[in-house]
Amino acid sequence: MAMSDLYREHILDHYENPRHHGTLADADFSHEESNPLCGDHVRIDVKLSEDKTRIADAAFSGEGCIISQAATSMLLESVMGWRIDDVEQLDPQHVLSLIGVPLTANRVKCALLGLKVLKTGIKLWKLQQMQHSA
Amino acid sequence: MHTQREFFDVHAVRRDFPILQQRVNGKPLVFLDSAASSQKPLPVLEAMERVYREAYANVHRGVYALSEAATAAYDEARAKIARFIGAPAVENIVFTRNATEALNLLAYAYARAFLREGDEILLTELEHHANFVPWMVLARERNVTLKFIPLTPEGLLDLDAFERLLTERTRIVTFAHVSNVLGTITDPAPIIARAHAAGAIVIVDGSQSVPHMPVNVQAMDCDFLVFSGHKMLGPTGIGVLYGKRALLEAMPPFLTGGDMISYVGFDDVRWNDVPLKFEAGTPAFVEAIGLGAAVDYLSALGMDAVRAHEAQLTAYALERLSEVSGVRIYGPQDPQRRGGVIAFTVNRIHPHDLASLLDQHGIAIRAGHHCAQPLHQRLGVNATARASFYIYTEPSEIDALAEGIEHAKRALRIS
Repeated sequence: MAMSDLYREHILDHYENPRHHGTLADADFSHEESNPLCGDHVRIDVKLSEDKTRIADAAFSGEGCIISQAATSMLLESVMGWRIDDVEQLDPQHVLSLIGVPLTANRVKCALLGLKVLKTGIKLWKLQQMQHSA
Repeated sequence: MHTQREFFDVHAVRRDFPILQQRVNGKPLVFLDSAASSQKPLPVLEAMERVYREAYANVHRGVYALSEAATAAYDEARAKIARFIGAPAVENIVFTRNATEALNLLAYAYARAFLREGDEILLTELEHHANFVPWMVLARERNVTLKFIPLTPEGLLDLDAFERLLTERTRIVTFAHVSNVLGTITDPAPIIARAHAAGAIVIVDGSQSVPHMPVNVQAMDCDFLVFSGHKMLGPTGIGVLYGKRALLEAMPPFLTGGDMISYVGFDDVRWNDVPLKFEAGTPAFVEAIGLGAAVDYLSALGMDAVRAHEAQLTAYALERLSEVSGVRIYGPQDPQRRGGVIAFTVNRIHPHDLASLLDQHGIAIRAGHHCAQPLHQRLGVNATARASFYIYTEPSEIDALAEGIEHAKRALRIS
């Protein structure tokens, strides 16, 4: 694989101009995690639709390598308006397809950090709702 | 490039490492991650294969020829390792899985037996997680206090602070002889003398020193020294705990089971003598024999020569990398005060991306926090890139690294 493949234009573009970057003041929930291997860190804030079933808005912050940050940017861009139940079941291949270049096993962990944060955030939020209604 | 002195025939050494002959991504492999784990020379591979092919049977059990041969080879390996670090006797050498297990053994068997609530353990801010987490767990469990010797801005241990932190409550002082991130070499003898005067015992983490320089446990007078075989040309799964005999004898066992007992009845058990008291179960004796061969290989080169070779490479790398714009090097600037490991960052390139881009050129470096997150918090960075050297490293590989960083900057449009 040539070097230009791994750092293809669309990946560099998402890194240099990340979509949905920052924080949301009116988020329904936030979650953050680090990749213990490299210290990459991603936090995602999520604002839900009125009926609390869909992602109305989301923003990410943190720092890390190009792959982790670009993948999170692409992920958030792709799931706007999605049902959170669907996001929770989302196949990791979705993110790897957005990246579109083959990654080594350790770099796959970088690419999937954002998805892990988003899914765990949804799971914890649901758990909290269950506890509130119980 | 400056004229480099040859302390031994590096080309002959490289021919002993089949793995170094390969190409990665179409480029000759430039392996700069020996601080994580070293490559293995043919004599080590052959020594282990010989056991499996010709003399394999469980040690300390059979009275038949094969078991006797394996036991003799295992005992000989222990004797080689004792000589290599200047230990007074083979009884001072306990085989463990690695340095991590040796440190856990000390935290469980020594510290849990002899430390009381309110006692203090003095460690340093640059420790590897292996010499950090076992003490943290102990501290929480036993209300023991951990104190940390800070670093000077140059990345050396602050010895004035050490004097202040050492109290009559200090029971254990422990530090890395050589830092796996900053490369800082700490002169152990003065610290050990002060700690002993204060009534503390000293554990030296030799993971990054024993493979790379002459180490003599009696000269430094440490109470315990730990190191891993796989970082010094040996196989994985074998490590060493050196201990003063009186301490090893006073300690209760760590893991229990076969081989570590002298008698087992239905209501009584007596421990075997040291070092076997600490080696429960079938040991990794083939790996120990491999480590013995590794020690032979290093001894034949001479550890003074190994150190001189690496100090020269380190001086060259410090000079060469500092010429690359955007590179920031962490740790002591004086090559005599650091081992062959250089942690650095490149402005606007995350270490992970740098490592991926260098890999495209066949260059293997480490990226991350190198199992030293607290140190990285002190340095104020999440991650660094790290290049580390060994007996097979050549100056041309440092040139390749410097050129690789320039390629990476161009690929990411950083001038």
